[in-house]
Amino acid sequence: MTVLSDSALSRLREAVTEPDLSGTRYRVVSVAGRGGMGIVYVAEDTTLSRKVALKVVDLAGPLDDRLRREAAVLARLEHPGIVPVYDAGTLPDGRAWYAMKLVQGERLDHAVERLTEGERLRIFLRICETVAFAHAHGVLHRDLKPQNVMIGPFGEVLVLDWGLARLAGDARGGRVGTEGFAAPEPLDDARDDVYSLGMLLAAMPPLPREIAAVAQKAAAPAARRYASVAELGADVRRFLEGDAVSALPEGPLRRAGRFLSRHRVAAGIVAAYSIGRAMIFFFTGR
Amino acid sequence: MMLVRAFPTTRHSAIEAARSGDGIERARGLQTLSEAYWRPVYAYLRLHWRRSHEEAADLTQEFFAELIEKDLLARFDASRARLRTWLRVCIDGLVQNGLRRSGRQKHGGGFDFESAEQELENAPGGESPEARFEKEWARAVFGMGLRHLREKCAAEGKLAHFALLEDYDLGDRASYAELARRHGIAVTDVTNRLAWARRSLREAVLDVLRELTCSEEELRSEARALLGAW
Repeated sequence: MTVLSDSALSRLREAVTEPDLSGTRYRVVSVAGRGGMGIVYVAEDTTLSRKVALKVVDLAGPLDDRLRREAAVLARLEHPGIVPVYDAGTLPDGRAWYAMKLVQGERLDHAVERLTEGERLRIFLRICETVAFAHAHGVLHRDLKPQNVMIGPFGEVLVLDWGLARLAGDARGGRVGTEGFAAPEPLDDARDDVYSLGMLLAAMPPLPREIAAVAQKAAAPAARRYASVAELGADVRRFLEGDAVSALPEGPLRRAGRFLSRHRVAAGIVAAYSIGRAMIFFFTGR
Repeated sequence: MMLVRAFPTTRHSAIEAARSGDGIERARGLQTLSEAYWRPVYAYLRLHWRRSHEEAADLTQEFFAELIEKDLLARFDASRARLRTWLRVCIDGLVQNGLRRSGRQKHGGGFDFESAEQELENAPGGESPEARFEKEWARAVFGMGLRHLREKCAAEGKLAHFALLEDYDLGDRASYAELARRHGIAVTDVTNRLAWARRSLREAVLDVLRELTCSEEELRSEARALLGAW
């Protein structure tokens, strides 16, 4: 039997793994990374002379359907928070592939520690907007988690990995996604993604009390959960604007405190005026 | 466009064969398993158990004999562990329980322990015994895949395709123009034949993996370990 040297073994592994793109306009440049379904390559589009990301399943079979589904979903959803797909096909060895815009950035789970509270919440709102857009087009993501969100160098927030997405009218249902982020009792509607978003929000500590309550409500049993991603996003937006969140009922003291912190200048003027009036009354008796 | 089957069905699981009651099937299964695993087992005995070259060579053969005599493969459960992880556990157990050089008639033969020893001496330092085991397994699977591909090429009159693969992927990776000159063919033929040979090698490697696994799930997992990004 042929005994291969380490370098020969490495070259052969590369040779049989690298996609045969000879019938396409793409040429592999390098390996960008590995995802749940396969390998993402940096490729050159030789017609348009631009770099693209080329995703290829690493083994033909059931994953092909998942990749094609992902490409179909991406093609359907044109949104700044979703990577546009350019092209799709099948390699001579049967593996499915698709080409998409090459995006670079940092995964949310890697970036979260260096982000301020405000940045984290604004990023979360952008994720909510993207997912709400998908829902409006009949698509459930079903695998939302920090690892599937990319933060670009210019503040782009991209929701990735739509391979488990479910289209409206699709017969596929049931429990999918990632343990710890997937709803324990799938409802096959928007509330499944609401649950995952709640868990995603909870994975970005430390959270102020109000936002912790929002995350808790998002991941609550279905009857008490936000009915839509728009509702969830609206609650986070309320907090950012200094308003009360629906997830945390507040008493008069807390409401007064929030009012004062929100209207500091006006409160200061009123307080100064009141103190002045009190002093005048004290010293003059009028 | 020709679509290659994801999971070739021409070969059957060597593990199932080695567990079979049929003597010929068992021999075939053991032959395949030993071809794939003797180098990993030898390297593991040398590196993890620090046995001498001679002792590790004898124990490697003892190990495969024990696999059959004690029917160890009957206890393997693919849903709980990969075969190569389980084999390492078996080696550990057998060595701890005093596996000795018995001097009895050894299974098979044809194991080139001298070359295996040579490779270990030339191996980069700092590699763990487990990592070496994995690499030896990958080396064996690709070696078997290459052998199957050569047989297929010979049967189909395509040895020139195989020669191109050897020249390029096992050789100096000369330019396609240089390969065309060396082989006396057009550059487009180099491109097409090399693509065919690589595709066929991929199929042959998957075919070998199919022999070395018990289920589609295990095959998928092993294929991703071998053919995924690394």
